[in-house]
Amino acid sequence: MRVLIKGARLLDPTLNLDMTGDLLVEEGHIKAISRKIETSEAVELISGEGLYVFPGIVDIHVHLREPGEEWKEDIESGTRAALHGGITRVACMPNTKPPNDRPEVTTYILEQAREKAWVKVYPIACITKGQEGKELTEFGRLKRAGACGVSDDGKWVSDSSIMKRALLYAKQLDLPVISHCEDHSLSRGGQINEGILSAKLGLRGVSFSSETIAVVRDLLLAKETKAPLHLAHLSVKENIPFLRWAKEEGIPFSAETCPHYFTFTEKEVDGYNTSAKVNPPLRTDEDVIAIKEALKEGLIEVIASDHAPHSPLEKDIEFELASFGMIGLEFLLPLSFNLVREGLLTPLTLLSYLITNPSKVLRIEPPMLKEGSLAEFVLFDPEEEWEVTEEKIQSKSKNTPLLGRRLKGKVKGVFLGNKRYLF
Amino acid sequence: MRHLLDIYHLNREDIEEILLLAENLREILHRPIPKVPTLRGKSVLLLFYEPSTRTKFSFEKACKVLSADTLSFSAKGSSLEKGETLLDTVKNLRALGVDLLVIRHSFSGTPHFLANHLDIPVVNAGDGTHEHPTQALLDLLTVKDKLGTLEGLKVAIVGDIKHSRVAHSDIFGFQKMGSRVFVAGPAYLLPEDREIPLYELRKGYFRVCLNLREALEDADVVIALRVQKERHGDPLIPSYNEYAEFFGLSPRILEWIKEGALLMHPGPINWGVELSHEMERYPFQVILDQVENGVAVRMAVLLRLLSGE
Ligand SMILES: [Zn+2]
Ligand SMILES: [Zn+2]
Repeated sequence: MRVLIKGARLLDPTLNLDMTGDLLVEEGHIKAISRKIETSEAVELISGEGLYVFPGIVDIHVHLREPGEEWKEDIESGTRAALHGGITRVACMPNTKPPNDRPEVTTYILEQAREKAWVKVYPIACITKGQEGKELTEFGRLKRAGACGVSDDGKWVSDSSIMKRALLYAKQLDLPVISHCEDHSLSRGGQINEGILSAKLGLRGVSFSSETIAVVRDLLLAKETKAPLHLAHLSVKENIPFLRWAKEEGIPFSAETCPHYFTFTEKEVDGYNTSAKVNPPLRTDEDVIAIKEALKEGLIEVIASDHAPHSPLEKDIEFELASFGMIGLEFLLPLSFNLVREGLLTPLTLLSYLITNPSKVLRIEPPMLKEGSLAEFVLFDPEEEWEVTEEKIQSKSKNTPLLGRRLKGKVKGVFLGNKRYLF
Repeated sequence: MRHLLDIYHLNREDIEEILLLAENLREILHRPIPKVPTLRGKSVLLLFYEPSTRTKFSFEKACKVLSADTLSFSAKGSSLEKGETLLDTVKNLRALGVDLLVIRHSFSGTPHFLANHLDIPVVNAGDGTHEHPTQALLDLLTVKDKLGTLEGLKVAIVGDIKHSRVAHSDIFGFQKMGSRVFVAGPAYLLPEDREIPLYELRKGYFRVCLNLREALEDADVVIALRVQKERHGDPLIPSYNEYAEFFGLSPRILEWIKEGALLMHPGPINWGVELSHEMERYPFQVILDQVENGVAVRMAVLLRLLSGE
């Protein structure tokens, strides 16, 4: 296979590359990148006009639901959704059934991935056995089995001495600790953001302090242990001054947010709309603005989807019984590019939040647009508009408030080694 | 009006119509044979997922007076076993030929959820900590009846405002009819500042008072809420004695409230806690009138929703 993409905007945040030019793929590898490539040999031409070409997206927060909840998603369907979203690497969270708290589960996930995954899968293992917050899992054996990080996602390790121990051990083994920041003693029973809407709907609220208390404690422990901490899915304004302080202190941490926290507000939930029930909850206009500012300032420098599929069994029921989460793999790029359209980020900075920085968290070399490297890149039309429908969604689950809405920006194709997918 | 899910979305005209209808229907309750054939052939499903004798009895009575058949289904406690869904249960019962659903549930929003999935009117008989619209309507009827108007009154609501669906419906209902609502109670059971724009439907018509006296001063109506020591294992007040001493309504309030001010309570009452025993003899307590008006208001709601428009 020889393919020449002509006249595309080539973007690579890791190499700081942003130019209009041509890209030649041969035998699954990037053969040449240049302003203009002339070739006399037979080659298939793809017009890159109006297209962005950038390395595959690295989504470090995905729930693939396998093993145990395959009616919601499995490794095949989840990675297919990722591929359609321009994501070539996913880190999958360990709150499966059973949870990924022992090497056998990690091995199982990697075996399944080898067999049927469309993109590369990086398993995240639990911090504590059964995610119960009591006993550490076998970080060493889990890492040897292929785990790329530890997290009790869905729960916060509320016992500070256990979290401290986890940070020290993870540092020794060079594993990132990914924290789901939520003080459960404050959020217990909480359904949506605490505020005017929770009062109107008579639903128990989750306040900003539930999140920020957890963020601050974890930052203090990272300061004390000098261990690498990654803060998942930040949603509230009140975190921001503490993130700034942590940067100034030189604390080794990275912070992440998800498109829904800079796209939606709690208003989506009004009328008891379970598709917008997510944890942490959608917040207010002020929070959305603050999260965007934090992205602009570089305090938050990772964007992940927190793709959390649920079927109608978990979503089409009483609001208080409905599960938390929304799908996100296929909307990560279109929603994130809104930040570029709004002038908050340059395309390169945005892509560094989606490729370079998440790779750094996982301690992997990011995919790059480099001559000689394996093809792993995306063709993206930043202008094309499309409507979100159940039929178009590749994920098994359709739980998103975006159904019926129009998005701008569409993944047109993905090159992955010898394989090429055009959508 | 297709359903009665909350007071928040009702407009003043709807409320006025229901109150007027209830006033007309109330007379039937005093007849030697309190029964009319108006809703003969209609059947009403009463689904109570939370223990409630009063509200359920009141709806049953309203149905009986209007000659509607009732099917009733009570489930103890609030936790549904996983596997059997509420929607399935309701759809099955609907297939038996039910014309209207009355639901009480411990989860907020359940009546809305069912209304979205059913083709029959749904009446909220109290959902979680959200609303209890028929309670507010009967409170409005009681006050209108006793004081002749709802315009320009000062209504004080005392207790756990945060978790009380009665308080929420009353706050909206009284303001919509032109009364001002003042709420008081332990600070952590009161609306927070950021919630005030929700409750304050008209500028200056809603106030959160940290001082009990401020809420009660010159009040025309005082509503005491039932105190729960805990909710779902979450202790809300230090002790009944502490509550009674600082927020209980006892004869000391008589110096503050207007002469002839009405004293109301949604029941059941913890005498000696939110109301002192002496208040049982207060001449303007209208707690039993509330019970009768409850039936009348529920008759009006059933008629309104079932007579079709
Ligand atoms: Zn999480
Ligand atoms: Zn998650």
